[in-house]
Formats: sequence, C-alpha cells, structure tokens
Amino acid sequence: MSTNSSNSTATQPIRFYHQGRVVDVSGVHPTRTVLDWLRDDAHCTGTKEGCNEGDCGACTVVIGELAAPGTAGAIDGLALQTVNACIQFLPTLNGKALFTVEDLKRQCATVEPPAAHANGTKRPTVPLHPVQQAMVECHGSQCGFCTPGFVMSLWSSYEHHQADGTRPSRQALADELSGNLCRCTGYRPILDAGQRMFDLPAVRLDTRPVVAALQGLRAESGFEYSAPLGARTDRFHAPRTLDELAALREQHPRAQVLAGSTDVGLWVNKQFRDLGDIIYVGDVAELKRVEERQGEQGNELYIGAGASLEAAWSALASRFEGLTDVWLRFASPPIRHAGTMGGNVANGSPIGDSAPVLMALDAQIELRQGSRVRRMPLCDFYVDYMKNKLEPGEFVQAVAVPMSVASRRVRAYKISKRFDCDISALCGAFSLELDDKDCVKQVRLAFGGMAATVKRAARAEAALLGQPWTQASVDVARVALAEDFTPLSDMRASAAYRLQVASNLITRLWMETRSQDALPVQSTSVWSVMPHAVAGVEGA
Amino acid sequence: MNKPVDPRLLQNAEAFADYLANTAARIDADAEAKALSQGKRVGISRPHESAALHVAGEATYVDDIPELTGTLHCALGLSPVAAGRLAGMSLDVIRAMPGVVDVITASDIPGTNDCGSIIHDDPILCSGDIRHLGQPVFAVIATTRNEARRAAARAKEVLQVEPAEPVLTPREAHEKGRYVLPPMHLSRSTNEGGARAAIDRAPHKFKTTFDVGGQEQFYLEGQISYAIPKEGGTMLVHCSTQHPSEMQHLVSHALALHANEVQVECRRMGGGFGGKESQSGLFACVAAVAAHKLRRPVKLRPDRDDDFLITGRRHCFWYEYEVGYDDDGRILGVEVTMVSRAGHSADLSGPVMTRAMCHFDNAYWLPDVDMHGYSGRTNTQSNTAFRGFGGPQGAIAIENIMDSVARKLGRDPLDVRRANFYGKGERNVTPYLQPVTDNIVDDLVGQLEASSDYRARRVAAAQFNATSPILKRGVALTPVKFGISFNVAHFNQAGALVHVYTDGSILVNHGGTEMGQGLNTKVAQVVAHELGVRFERVRATATDTSKVANTSATAASTGADLNGKAAQDAARQIRERLAACAAARHGGSKDDVRFANDKVQVNGREFDFSTLVAEAYMDRVQLWSDGFYATPGLHWDRESMTGHPFYYFAYGAAVAEVVVDTLTGEWKLLRADVLHDAGRSLNPAVDIGQVEGAFIQGMGWLTTEELVWHPKTGMLSTHAPSTYKIPTANDCPPVFNVRLFEGDNFEDSIHRSKAVGEPPLLLPFSVFYAIRDAVSAAGDHKVDPPLRAPATCEAILNAVTAVRATH
Repeated sequence: MSTNSSNSTATQPIRFYHQGRVVDVSGVHPTRTVLDWLRDDAHCTGTKEGCNEGDCGACTVVIGELAAPGTAGAIDGLALQTVNACIQFLPTLNGKALFTVEDLKRQCATVEPPAAHANGTKRPTVPLHPVQQAMVECHGSQCGFCTPGFVMSLWSSYEHHQADGTRPSRQALADELSGNLCRCTGYRPILDAGQRMFDLPAVRLDTRPVVAALQGLRAESGFEYSAPLGARTDRFHAPRTLDELAALREQHPRAQVLAGSTDVGLWVNKQFRDLGDIIYVGDVAELKRVEERQGEQGNELYIGAGASLEAAWSALASRFEGLTDVWLRFASPPIRHAGTMGGNVANGSPIGDSAPVLMALDAQIELRQGSRVRRMPLCDFYVDYMKNKLEPGEFVQAVAVPMSVASRRVRAYKISKRFDCDISALCGAFSLELDDKDCVKQVRLAFGGMAATVKRAARAEAALLGQPWTQASVDVARVALAEDFTPLSDMRASAAYRLQVASNLITRLWMETRSQDALPVQSTSVWSVMPHAVAGVEGA
Repeated sequence: MNKPVDPRLLQNAEAFADYLANTAARIDADAEAKALSQGKRVGISRPHESAALHVAGEATYVDDIPELTGTLHCALGLSPVAAGRLAGMSLDVIRAMPGVVDVITASDIPGTNDCGSIIHDDPILCSGDIRHLGQPVFAVIATTRNEARRAAARAKEVLQVEPAEPVLTPREAHEKGRYVLPPMHLSRSTNEGGARAAIDRAPHKFKTTFDVGGQEQFYLEGQISYAIPKEGGTMLVHCSTQHPSEMQHLVSHALALHANEVQVECRRMGGGFGGKESQSGLFACVAAVAAHKLRRPVKLRPDRDDDFLITGRRHCFWYEYEVGYDDDGRILGVEVTMVSRAGHSADLSGPVMTRAMCHFDNAYWLPDVDMHGYSGRTNTQSNTAFRGFGGPQGAIAIENIMDSVARKLGRDPLDVRRANFYGKGERNVTPYLQPVTDNIVDDLVGQLEASSDYRARRVAAAQFNATSPILKRGVALTPVKFGISFNVAHFNQAGALVHVYTDGSILVNHGGTEMGQGLNTKVAQVVAHELGVRFERVRATATDTSKVANTSATAASTGADLNGKAAQDAARQIRERLAACAAARHGGSKDDVRFANDKVQVNGREFDFSTLVAEAYMDRVQLWSDGFYATPGLHWDRESMTGHPFYYFAYGAAVAEVVVDTLTGEWKLLRADVLHDAGRSLNPAVDIGQVEGAFIQGMGWLTTEELVWHPKTGMLSTHAPSTYKIPTANDCPPVFNVRLFEGDNFEDSIHRSKAVGEPPLLLPFSVFYAIRDAVSAAGDHKVDPPLRAPATCEAILNAVTAVRATH
C-alpha cells in the first residue's frame, strides 16, 4: 500500500514518560504489547506475564495521563489508572506516562531507611515504598510472582486515597484488587498490607516532572505511527478529534477500530490475528464524555463510546438503583480502566454485561459515519451472533440512556462461578414500573448468555405487561420465558441451568419489588453481605 | 411460607477485622521479641527471605535471567485430537515461517524419548501414538518467542492424523478396564468377615456414589526452562521445578549424557503446588534437546493456555461406597471404590492413589474397611501432584460419609465425627496398620468448637433458615489428620551445605526448592539459630544439582523437616569445630562455649562471632560442612499396603459458615475459623500464610474451580483464567480467624515443628459441608443433598432442586 493517505505520510516515534524521562520508540510493530516492550526491550523484568490475556493481574502497571482541572480522581493534574500491560499495545502509550513496580523505590530516595533495615549491615539499603514495606511487614508475598501486580494496584489505591485524604475499607481494597490473582496467600495478608500502608510515613508521587513531561508531549494533531512487518507496513492512527476519527474511519473502513484492547489484545496474543491498520480512539477527548444532556426525547445520560467502562458504570450506578454489583463484577478495575462501554456494545458479545443493562434502560445506540449520525434502540442493533447493523465506515459514537427510566425499579443480576472478574453464565437486567393498581405498566427483561445475542425476553415481557404484579403473573412469565430462549450448554453453565436461573431471576425481581411484603436485598442476595463503598452510590 | 424475617438475622456479616487485630490474633509479637532477644532464631515470624525483592520486582525468576547472546525461543506444536495415530507431518510449512530456525521432533532426541518420573511411559514428543488433545508433537525453535508461538500454532494444519475414539472420563476407563497401573487394594479386618460382614450386620447402611473434580495448580509463573549448552557437550538448565535432581536425570537420559554432565538450577519458582514436581520435565527436556542440537541457548516458556493443555493437575475422583453404622453414627464397616482420572500416563498416579487410600480414614477409626483404588487411563493430560497429593481426595470421601450418616440419624455432624475419632491407646490403628500415637484431634477440635462458638451458630443458622425463604445458611466443622513423609521410605532424605566465610557471613544451600512456601527462610533461621547469629548473616542460594546431589522433590510437605534437619546437621558440625577452636585458644571446656546474638561466650569472655571465625580460619579449622538427614523409622510394604509410612501426623480443624441462594445456587463464605497444628512452629507468620493460602486454595478446588473437557473432542475448554476461576480477594471471608495450635511435635522433628504445606488444604472441607448443610436446609434436613464437588452455583442449584423434589 502506498502512502497516499493524506494524514499518514510520516511515522512518528512513540513517545512516553518512563522512569524519569521521555523515551522514543520506533521500529516495533504497532501490536507489540507494553509488557513485551518492558520485559524484552527495556529489560524491566519486574512486571510479570501470568496469563497474557488480562485475567491475572501479574502485569499490572499504572498509566498516567494529563487530566483537565477538576477531573474526578485526578492527582495534581495527573490521572493514574491501572491497566494490564499484556494486552495494551505500545503505541497507545504515546503522550502518556508508564509506571511500573521499578518506579516505587526511586520515589523514596529522600526517605530515611526504616529502622528494621538499619541494623548495622554494611550493604546500603534502599528504602522500600510504604506500599512495598507494608507488603513485607504483613507477609503479603509468598512465591512473589503476582506481587509486583498487587503492588501496582495497591500503589494506585494509595495515591488516590492519599490525594483524597481517605482510607479504603477492606471491602473497597478487595474490590480494587479483584483483578489480581494470588495463588499462595489467600489474600488476607495482602488486604492487611492495604491498610498498613497508610500507617507508614507517607511517600507521594511528585507529579510535577511527569506533568511537565506530558505537557511537552502534547500534540495538536493526531498521532501516526507505522512500522514495517515483512513486506507490508501496518499503520496506527490515533486521531484527536471526532471529526478526524470519522474521516479516518471512512477512509479506512477495513481498519481495526481499537479502544481499550481488552478483547482485541487477545486476538493478537492468543489467536495471532494480524490486525492490519488500526484506528485508535483513545485520544479522542470528545468521545469520552459522560454527561446528562437534553436529547430529543428529554433528558438523557450520554455516554461517549470512548468513555471507560469504569466511568460509564459509575455514571449508570449513581443514577439507577440496583447496578452496583454488576458494575463491580464487570471484569476487573484494570480492564474497566482500559475497556470502553462503546467497545463492549460494539463488540456485541452475547455474554457482555453492558448490553443487557442498557437494554433494560431503553438505551439508544448512536452511530456515526462521516458527518451522518443516526440512532436506534440498542435492542435493534444486534442481528445475530457477533453481527450488528454497523455499516462500512461507521462506528459507535455513544450510547444514550433516557433519564425517564429512573422512575422504574431497576435490577441487574449477574450469575457466574466467581463473584469477581468472571464472564457471565447469564446476566439478567430488568426494569419495571407499576401503575397505581399494582399492574405492570412498563417492563424490560433483558438477558445476556441466553441466546446468540443479548436480547429482551419478548414473550415474557408481553405476558407481564398490564397484568397484576403477582406470583400468578410471574409464573405465567416464567413459562413464556422458556419460549423466548433456547440457551446453549458450555463450560460456564448448562442450558438447563441457564433457563432455570433466568426464570428464577424474574421471581427474585418480583420478591424484591412486590408491593406486599417485598424482601430486602439482604433476604434475596448472598452478595448483600459485602459492604461495598462506592463513590456516589449507597450500599450494594 | 414467607414469615417475617427476624431483623437481627438480616444484618450484614460481621465486619472485617483490621490488620492490627488480624496480626494480634495470629502472632504473639511480645513473646517472639523476647525469644529473639534471648538468642532464639526459630519460632520467630521473620518475613520471607525474598520479600523485599518480591515487592520491588527484583526477585529473579527463570524468565528474568538476562538472556545470553544468541538465545533462541521454543514453542510446542500440539496435537489437535485426543486419540489416534500420527500419520505424518508437513513441517516445511513451519520451517518457512518468519524467524523459524528449526523444528524438532521425537527423532531429534539423542537419548530416550521419555520424561516419565517413575514408570517410563511418558513420551517427551509424540512418536506415533496420540495420547491427548494438547500433547506436544514437535517443537519450533525461532528467533523470538512470538515467532515460535505463531509457527507452532499452525500444528493443526501440518499434522496428518488418523483420529480414534478417545476415552475421557474415569468411569468410562474403569468400565473398559483401562488403567495406568494395576488396581490397589487395602483391607483391614478387626472383626470376623471384615467390612462386608460388618456392613451386613450393621443396624443402618447405605450405598451411594460421589464425584470430586480435579484442580489446576495455576502457579502464577508458568512452566519454564532455559537450557544453555556448555563445554564438552554438557548442559546447564535453569528450570522452574520442585525436583532439580529428577530434571537432571531426565535431561541426561534424553541427551544420552551422564548425570555429572547435566546441571540444573532453580533459585525460586513463582508457585509450584505439585505442578512442577514431575511435569517440569517435558519442558526441561525439550529445551535441552534443542539447545544440544543447535548449540545455542534455548528458552521454552509455554503460553498459559498451552500450559493448561499440556500439563496435568489434581486427579478428579469418582467414588462408590457402602457404609454400615450404628445408632450413634459409629462406622462399623466401609467398602469403597475410588477411581481416579490418571490421564494418558502413570506419572505420579500410583503414589497419589496410595496416599488417597492412606487418608480415607482421615481422623477416624475404621474397624473394618475394604478399599479399592483404580487409576483410570484417559485421553487427557496426565494428572500429577497437587498439594495434598491424593490425601484430600481420600479424606473427603469419609467426610462425605460422616455428613450423610449424621443427616440420616438426625444428629449434629460434629457429634458423629467425634464418635468416630481415633482413640488414645485404643481404637488407634490405621487401616494400613500404623498406630496413631500423637493423637490431638479431640483436644484441637474441642478448642475450636468453643472458640468458634460452633453450637450457638448452628442454632442461629437454623433460626435464620426457618424464616428465610430464599437464602439458607449452613455451618460445618471438619477435622484433618494428615500423614507426614513420602510414602516411599527412601525419598525421606536430604542434604545441605553450610559455608561460613572469613568475614563471618554464612551461606546455606540445600536440596529443597523455594516455591513461595518460605523453605529458605526457615532453613536460614535454623542455621542462624544453630550458630547463634543474626538473621542477616545467613543467605540461602539457588538449588543446584552440582552442590547437593541426589535430592528428593520438594513435596509431601517435607521440605523444612528434611532440609532443616540437614542444614542443622551441617551448622552444628561447624559450631562444634568453632567451639573446640575457641576453647583451645581461650581456655575452658568446648562444651561450655555459647553462641547467641552474634556473640560467642568462652571461658568468661565474649567475642563477636566474626572474630572467632577469623581466629578459626587462622587455626586452619574447616569452616564449611555438609549435613545429612534421613527420617527414622519408616517402612512400607507396597504389596500389602501396610507399614509405617508416616513419621507423624499433622492435625487441624475448621468451621465454616456460608449463605446459599436457593434461586441461583450462588453462595458466599461468611466466616471461617481455623485451628491448625504446626507443632512448635519455626515461623508462625510463614505457617499461618501456608494455612490461609491452603484454605482458600482448597476452597477453590471444592467450589469455583471447574475443569470442563469437551465430551466428544476431549478439548479442555477451561484452559485459561478467563474460564478457570481460582479465588480472588473477595472470596476471602470477611471474618477469618486463624490460629496455630499450641503444642510440640511428639517426634524429634526439626525444633519439634510440623510440616504445614499440605495438611491445611483439607481444612476447607468445612466450606463444602457448610454448603451441603445449607442446601440440606432447603429440604428441612430430611434429604441427603446429592452435591458434587466442585460445588459450583449450578451444582448447588441442582442439589437444591433434588432436595426439594424428594422432600
């Protein structure tokens, strides 16, 4: 392919902040992972590979980005977030800062060595960062292989809480560490360390040199990178504006759109797919907006397709009841920081957890092609297994949730083998509104894991609409549900289990929302015993 | 049906304890500080010797060793079918791929194509007979690892295979009489007629079956070997392995070299759990064969998915048993058949089955018992060691029986368990005829019953269940008795080297391997204690077959017992020489010389340890020593399955409380209380770490960790952490009370401590039986729940459905 494309005539080096300086990288393939670069090229072997698919957290690193003033969670102009280095492509680091376990001790150069180390040995001891020191003192490492990943997740927590002047509860620590697997300790000592680290003399990241370096890397126009691979050259386009993105998408309809690479990363690492040209949407600030705005049909929550899963779920859970568990159970913090709700919806996996919730909330999906913007109900978007109505050159721009739905009772129930970071066997998301006679005025019963696409249970909904919200009606809906779905058996669950639980979840919904004798969540969910403390959301 | 729920019962679980309370409940810091000041170096909660390196990312694992120039990378081409014949390979396609340097097949192996640890039935690379889906057939050697992986991934396209019908389940293998080893039988008759007659005579009896799944080790660091050719055709292999000596032997056989021409080194593993005892061999051999052929360093680090597809794991077991018991729940006779999934080769399946049969008794006196063990040959990965090594699979069967007997009699399961406990001086001989002489189970369980408030919580759970329509609570207490030693007497030996350098610093090297369990920490403590020096003087180094020879696997929980004693022996010899030197120089008796806190007291004078060392060097005293240890009193007759296989027993018990959702089968562990016997602990913090880690790991085995093979193709569909779910931080119970039992080992073990690696893996039986109790509550405890392990949400819901259908 010749370089006739108007905006990709030249390749630029990948420039990012690492270990106190800006590094320039060129010549590596656009899909070289951050982890491989760290271990093989930079010879920083502290970050480990455990699974190479973002599920174990041994490769957890922290990414720093310039944050606009007032950005929630930003620390002195810097947004710090954990990601899995094994599924992040190196060019996505352009303009950002990369922090790894090797960076922590260097922050402590001015700190006096703790007494335990000043024991008369001749060897000069470099003090450990409080996160590391707490891990040592609480016996938080055994084999030590997962430890650098835990240390980085804890460090991210440490910096955020220090900045806010808060301390995490043990439940909050467990939630923050849900993407880090440890096979040795059973986690108790690591959670201990997560508390202990705040009791040690504080060491804070000096963000000033980082911010200065990142400001120096700021670019007005999009980032273009390419590197030869055998006979061909794969390009990495990172536009800055929505218009640039739309233009690029039209010019390169076959290029792979890349957001958080939480799925695309696996295509490369596990399936050895050649992605060819890539359009990375992560630098388009407009695409990351999450805001309430006036839409054609009233006020709506507008979630840009580039908004992280964490930002999107946080916005949803703070506005609609009953979504906290699904939010916290969606993958892990590093995945939620990298991945986007737009990507989850566009990817359209039948077991993705965003779509059932968004369908229960009557969300619209907003698609863009060039200057054309169109919308459709999300429940109309999926055609068949991993097939949707996106046209060539078109991309998902946003999802929008009508705020009028806030008057309904909303519940989302995720069923999987493990609470944290598991893929749903099934996920049921429901919304319900009763009229003044206790009859069903509105009902949405959306399910993932029950069919080739996420979809609403049309027959069960019809069976309930207008009916009194009673056990008898629920029983009719349960029968109808069996007509709605013919689920599969796989390693996550059998078809019979999926169908039985799907109908039981309607019963659970009824027990929690019936007018007479409604059961509190403490009586219906084993997870209610977990005292999640989530910003903006009360209880579980 | 929906009576109002007592609001008291709707409260959240008790709050998490904070870290200070956790530490205070586990470790007596004041007593330890006092002991330390008095010169003790054992019984002290010293952090892991590598902890500061772990947290800084500076601990070196095999993949972190700086690569030598010219290093090549290897990936394995795997069989796409579970059974059949390999008809041909079109390897030119692979050779033409970018970066590929060579492709190695079985015919490139200069020596024996075998990496079997006991029975030599384990090909390194397939030579015709396809054994399982994922079996390595060829090895791609390329310039980079990703190039090697991309080329090897095309195996399916280049292998010509004549597929055959695979045998995939242990029951299917049993029905077809396909075993990797001859069946094993262990019977003991106390009364006339043995088990059969005892069951026939018993007032109550039942017969049923039970299923327990396997478990993937999921060591965070996957398998890895880095082979470096050395002069004269010799080989150095850096290998993540629990058994360097066996790696040395396997590599020497594969390369047709002598053992003295192969050196294997392992500084540390990122977890082993048994998975790197025998099964690191294939990777060591392939890397060495490639390095030998190409005369270049070759590293083999399989991707996690390939690791799952190639290596075996804990054996799943299927049981059929018939039990006769009396009105008090005392077991009168048991017949049990156990069938394990051995996989395609024997590997360690024989010893695993032996240990299962030697742990079917757990803590209980079984007067008349008849056991039959079958290791089923299946077209799946060859199963191997995993923490507990068959012990958990044996013991859970009798616990299932205890639980059922209690329910059938309407008694508290603890009372039935207690009625069956081994006695002291009577009712104390195991089915394999070793007397239990160190029984503390009654005392230990009594303490835990009280400290956990077991009885009151059983009542509270029943009250909750009476008014809760959907959620049901369950509480269970289970005991552990676990035999310590390798079942094969000759493995119970160890060697160590201790060097004291002229500056007074000390280096210890021993035959054990460090996989996170803190073995090096404990051994260094033993040496520091023996020589009366501060911890920082003693450093442990990588396990290396060129230092201590003929080592046993670091397995069977014996690491600290064996290597601690060997290192103590070495250090003691040096101390005695130093004492003699001190007395000769400064007067007094050598027997009166005292070593403590870095000082040496001799004839009323006190020196620094390093001063005496310098003097001893000038006096030409040997300042280094070897040490050796062989566990006394062990014997085992493999034919009759009787003898004295265990030096002693380790004990423990746990109480778990769960809540189960009868609509979905979801469950949550609310609280666990553990009391575990580590004897006189060498390092309470390290031992607590072993207990808690084993508890959560064993809980994973019995609940969320499910292995699923495709029923037709034999593809392991749970081959990565995306589908195979080990516990996370949120699975650690909010209330986790863990204590070590106070008491010495009755035997003369290293400082009267007890092995602690495997026994606590059995503690989370309590979680499984608490779940079973909660499921049982859904049918008012009238029906014995048909609950299998792992108790996934689906398994639990199926059991609830069955209980309600029968009720």
